[in-house]
Order: sequence, then structure tokens, then C-alpha cells
Amino acid sequence: MDAVLDNLATFRQGFVTTLALTVVSSVLALALGTLLAAMRVSPVPTLRAAGATYVEVVRNTPLTVVFFFAVFVLPQLDIRLSFFVFAVIAVTVYHAAFFCEAVRSGINAVGVGQAEAARSIGLTFTQSLRLVVLPQAFRTVVPPLINVVIALTKNTSIAAAFGVVELTAVTTRLANANGDAVLAIFCGSALCYLVLTLPSGFLAGRLERRVAVAR
Amino acid sequence: MRARRTTGLLGVALALTLALAACGGGDDDGGGGGNVNQGASFPEGTTMARLKSAGKVTVGTKFDQPLFGLKNLQGKPEGFDVEIAKLIAGEMGIAADNITWVESVSANREPFIQQGKVDFVVATYTINDKRKQVVDFAGPYYEAGQDIMVAKGNPEAIKGPEDLAGKKVCSVTGSTPAENIRTNYPEADLTEFDVYSKCAEALKNGQVQAVTTDNVILLGLVSQDQESFELVNNPFTKEPYGIGLKKGDTQFRNFINDTLEKIEQDGRWQKAWDDTAGKVATEKPTPPTIDRY
Repeated sequence: MDAVLDNLATFRQGFVTTLALTVVSSVLALALGTLLAAMRVSPVPTLRAAGATYVEVVRNTPLTVVFFFAVFVLPQLDIRLSFFVFAVIAVTVYHAAFFCEAVRSGINAVGVGQAEAARSIGLTFTQSLRLVVLPQAFRTVVPPLINVVIALTKNTSIAAAFGVVELTAVTTRLANANGDAVLAIFCGSALCYLVLTLPSGFLAGRLERRVAVAR
Repeated sequence: MRARRTTGLLGVALALTLALAACGGGDDDGGGGGNVNQGASFPEGTTMARLKSAGKVTVGTKFDQPLFGLKNLQGKPEGFDVEIAKLIAGEMGIAADNITWVESVSANREPFIQQGKVDFVVATYTINDKRKQVVDFAGPYYEAGQDIMVAKGNPEAIKGPEDLAGKKVCSVTGSTPAENIRTNYPEADLTEFDVYSKCAEALKNGQVQAVTTDNVILLGLVSQDQESFELVNNPFTKEPYGIGLKKGDTQFRNFINDTLEKIEQDGRWQKAWDDTAGKVATEKPTPPTIDRY
């Protein structure tokens, strides 16, 4: 227990990095995922195919492999970024596929009549999606979206193996430095992850009740 | 009465068969491993007696450490640590084939020993005071030192740890060398991965300018890609590698210490080195003095 309390500053440093990685990646992945979902329901076959290909390729690749490509293959193309940015890229690219499918399921849940009505009053495809369909779609998929956010939070731990000093890296470091308190340190680390993920769950519950569509 | 006599005879027959089988095993074990000491006998109740009568032992070692403990394509670990473990098991009368190898990465060595998942650990395990509080160490059986690996030709002209200031240097998360850089050379820009092979990849890509850890580990990396890497060869710490075992098991510790002294004197230690790390290392090491604390 002392080992945890003595190293609170180190834990905090890892915690902040994990939080930053989670927030930045979640926002970017949700944006990219929504774009992909729009592509997958668009009337243009090429866009539909591109969206579907992206989702199938990325969703079926292990995240570690995605990380490997981001961190070791991009530099060979002369893309030089910090390891944190590479981690953001990997986590974003991977989870965008999951966000896309969650959002798409929401779009499919909106009655066809809504889209038809939007088009018949003269809105373009983009307008009808943005102003009529998506606002309703998001309301129905709050739980799956939060699911992806929670998975993303925990998946950021893979960044520890790719040069980012986040919570898991800090945990490994402390566990090695304090051979007499390994279990206490891992429990402390688990607690930190809960501090990140549990509020997401509560928030999801509240948000769901507030925005639920009465049907 | 009759039944009992039959059982007795069967027992004798079984004992004979076992003894013969054991002899056969001893003869087979000619090269590589270390010969099995059939005549070993230990006082009742000691760990050695328990292991000898069980005829098998569980050893924790690394599976990803070239030259020290690396799992080969046949699924068996090989390296200097592995040879040392075989010699210790052999002194207890246990053949190399009866050793169960368990992968012990840096973070799970202490829990594995404490929970009895392994009988002892030989895994490039640096002896230090914090670790001594939860496990006991026999040895050291080898003394490594932290060194630096750079790209071939040393374009950054790095000669020692002082030259790392402002440079990106890579090591494994939480390892002793990484902590040493963090504490004593804070101007160096430390990047941490989970394994050294990734550090090597980053060095090849130019994402870091140096990789630092124990010289023997770096030697393993250099040996895998001599076109790209070279060793600065200026060790700046002392890392005594010990054999980890359950805390308080003094008899077992004394036995391992005695065994280490024995194999260091009769040349088996040297042979184990020559067969493994000695193939790449330029200097012949001398075994360090055993620390019977």
C-alpha cells in the first residue's frame, strides 16, 4: 500500500496521459466513425464500398498490429511524429470502425419515412442526414457508443508497449521498481482505470434517460 | 500373506526398473546440458530432497532474451541462464528433460517465486535490496553492466551515458537500466517499449538514437543484426545476476551457492558461457564472488 501512496505523483502522470489519449482519440474516432457511417448509407456505391472495406479491414485486425503499422511503418514513409501522436492515430483508426457500426445501427433504426420526408421537402442527402436522421440516430445509440468509449479507454493500455508513458507503462515501471508490492501496484492501477470508465457508464445512463426517444 | 509377498516382489521389481531407467537417463545426457549427479543425497525436509524425490523441477526463465533465455523453434529455451539452471538441477539428480520451463518476464518473477509457481528463477535477475525483501538470491553467477547500443558507425558519437543528454534513448518499461537513466541522466529523453526488439526497430528507423540496457542483452540484439547496430562497449553500472528463490529457504540457497562455486571451479560454468553468450561476446568474463549474505 505504501508503494502506491509513495508514487502517487507517478501514477498521476500516467493517469493524465491515459486520460488525454482517451479523450483525444474518442473525439477523433467518433468524428471519423460518423463520417464512415455516412459513407456506408450514402447513395454513392464507391463511398459505400470504401466505408465497408475500411470497417471490415480495421475491425478484423488486432489493435497491436494497427499500433505496429502506425509506430513502425509510418516512419518508413518519412512521417515523423511523437509516439503519443502515433498512439492517437492507432487508437483512432481502430475504434472509428466500431463507432461507425454503432452510428450506422442508429441510422438504420430511424424510420425510412423520416429520410423520405426530408428528401421530399427538398433537403439534399447531406442535409437530411445532418438535420433529420443523425440527431435521431445518436439518441438511440448512446449505450453502444459508451461501450466503445469504455473499450477504447482500456485499449489505450496497448500504447504502453509502443513508447507512451501512460497508466499501464507507469504500472509496469513501478511494479519492477517495487518487487515487494507488485499486487498493490496493480490494484492501484485497476482503480485508476475504474475512475476513468465508471463515470462514463453513469454518464451514459443519465444521457440515455435525457435524450431517449419516446416511441 | 501370499498377496503381500507378491506386492513386495512387485515393489522390488519396480524399484529396479526405476533405478535402471534413471541410469539410462544419466548415460544419455552427454552434451550441452550438464551431467546429472545420481549420487546426490540431501537431508530430509529440504527443498533439494523434495525436488530430488519428485524427480522434476520447475524453473522460471526468460523466453525472449537472446543468449540468456530464448525459446527456440523446437519450443525449448536456450542460453546461459538455461544452462546454469540445468547444471543446478543436475546437481540435484534431475535430468535436463525433467525441467519444466516457465516464462518469467520481469514483472512476474517475484509473484511466481512467492506463490511457489516456480522452484527457482534464473532470468537475468539483478540482485537488489528491494527484491531481497520478498525473495532470496543465490549467486551472483554473472555480473553484467549497463551499456549503450547505437546505429552502425555511431553517427551521434555517443561514448557514454553523459553523451545521451538531449538524445532519444530507448529501454524497456520499468527495467533497472531505464530507471537508472531516469534518475541519474535526466537530460536524456527516455522512450520506453515493452520489449527490446521494438527498441531495436525504433533505432533502425531513426526514431531513437540509442538503446540502453545490460551489455549482454545488447550483445544479443547486435548479434541478430550486425549490419545495423554496434555496441559502445563502455559499461557504466554493475548488474549482478542472481538466482531467485523463496525467501527464508536458506538450505536451498546454500546448496545453489555451493553448486555455483563447484561449477565455476570445475570449468562447467566456462563451458556454459562458451556454448551460449560466449559465441558473440568479445571478452571472456570471470565469475563474480558468491555473496552469502
